[in-house]
Amino acid sequence: MSADTSPAIELRGASKIFKTPSGGLHTAVRELDLTIGRGEFVAVVGPTGCGKSTTLTLVSGLEEPTEGEVLVAGEPVAGVGDKVGFVFQQDATFPWRTVLSNVMAGPRFRGVPKTEAKQRAREWLARVGLSAFEDRYPHQLSGGQRKRVALAATFVNDPEILLMDEPFSALDVQTRALMSDELLELWEGTGASVVFVTHDLEESIALADKVVVMTAGPATVKQVFDIDLPRPRKVESVRLEPRFIEIYREIWESLGEEVRITRERGAANVA
Amino acid sequence: MSPDVMPETVVAATATEPAKQGRAHTRARAARRRRMIVAAARAVLLVAVLGLWEVFARAKIIDPFNFSMPSKIWDQVYTWVTHGTALGSLGEQVWYTLQEALLGWVIGVVAGVVFGIALGRIAFLADVLGPYIKVLNSIPRIVLAPIFVIWFGLGPASKVASAVVLVFFPVFFNAFQGAREVDRNLVANARILGASDRRVTLQVVIPSATSWIFTSLHVSFGFALIGAIVGEYIGATKGIGLLVAQSQGTFNAAGVYAAMVILAVVALLAEGLLTFAERRIFRWKPSDSES
Repeated sequence: MSADTSPAIELRGASKIFKTPSGGLHTAVRELDLTIGRGEFVAVVGPTGCGKSTTLTLVSGLEEPTEGEVLVAGEPVAGVGDKVGFVFQQDATFPWRTVLSNVMAGPRFRGVPKTEAKQRAREWLARVGLSAFEDRYPHQLSGGQRKRVALAATFVNDPEILLMDEPFSALDVQTRALMSDELLELWEGTGASVVFVTHDLEESIALADKVVVMTAGPATVKQVFDIDLPRPRKVESVRLEPRFIEIYREIWESLGEEVRITRERGAANVA
Repeated sequence: MSPDVMPETVVAATATEPAKQGRAHTRARAARRRRMIVAAARAVLLVAVLGLWEVFARAKIIDPFNFSMPSKIWDQVYTWVTHGTALGSLGEQVWYTLQEALLGWVIGVVAGVVFGIALGRIAFLADVLGPYIKVLNSIPRIVLAPIFVIWFGLGPASKVASAVVLVFFPVFFNAFQGAREVDRNLVANARILGASDRRVTLQVVIPSATSWIFTSLHVSFGFALIGAIVGEYIGATKGIGLLVAQSQGTFNAAGVYAAMVILAVVALLAEGLLTFAERRIFRWKPSDSES
């Protein structure tokens, strides 16, 4: 029972220090405390290169924290678990597999029989509107379609926790808005907890229940904002609401300072 | 914006249409002409080289005994095809060499891929074996052919062995590199989706290394043929390499060349088969890289 009441994700004083190729040490994340409740959609914003993505890899189990603890559903993370889905920034569809086979990959890796995997994959392909493309190879699709494949391939595993690392940053503006709406629709049926990393403040407010502002690297939580915009939301219309603009101004005051610090550091490095 | 301007623009648009088609047409014609010129230039070059060779040899500008001439080489090929060689029918010699090369190639490729992927995936193995493989690779391996004849005798085994050592290294290095350069995102994605280490190797690393491996397959089949031929040249009972050695022993320059021509044909056919297989396997790749 305790597992059911515990938050979906909990980071307690988590730090991650990488060795740089030149032998130095680089602190990507420092003493990070963050709690994400079940079914919550949390967006993480911060200046570029501050260590937002590292936070996700810690939660996913792809990397271990150097210090501190990472808990998923009350259990410490040890390796990649089966509760987590991850949508990457770059294309991570398998180019040698067809669309259908790409979406089937997750269930097949987890030992689901072929016919059942195929059936579940087809359901999700229908939900992302790619049923007609199941025999295509990824290179025959547009960037937006490939992202849909990635979403279907992630959702087909029924993840309790969905980690998204700037998933739409490579798409053009129109496709991006469309994909954000689709993501909200897909997510609303699942009850999964989402951590959505982005550098786009508008995107984060439009999507999330909570926006976490990170400091300039090494990243740690600066401030958390609750977004009280009603759901269901449409990304294009919600950003015209006065409340949206109010929230935007409020968060930008906090985020803008970190962006400035990062920029000044960059200038100092160049000089 | 006034409506009376509209018809004019429409007329202008339709007027450019045939002009555009005409341009596309001329462009297609120019491309076709260029292809024909290239083909013609190739043919002229071939005829010129063979013709000059023939003329110079007949005019005794170059010694026909040492350098032979295309017509004699053709006669030699023709005799071998119709009457067979001193060692038996030509088909038998080709088949013998081909068998040795193929067997050596398959063994070399399998070993190269297995070792390459294993070392590419398991850092410990790569660290331990890396320097030894570098040393082995720097040995001029063709020198091993006589040793193999001593070890394995005049039969096919010694030729297969020299083909294997020639094939192994290029395949190994490409498979190793291919396994190392797998897109880390793909591996991370597969792991998140629930793939075990074994699955990652079989379903992510090997498929993405195939384009690297295939590059080496083209080169390495040539190497397998070289290995088999050199082995036969040094000591054998049958095969094209022996044909070369015998022709050389009887001062039959035309015979040496004729054997080379036959080998070239065999190698080209094998290359064609490999390209065909590659097209089938790489259906998932965008075809814009084809030239």
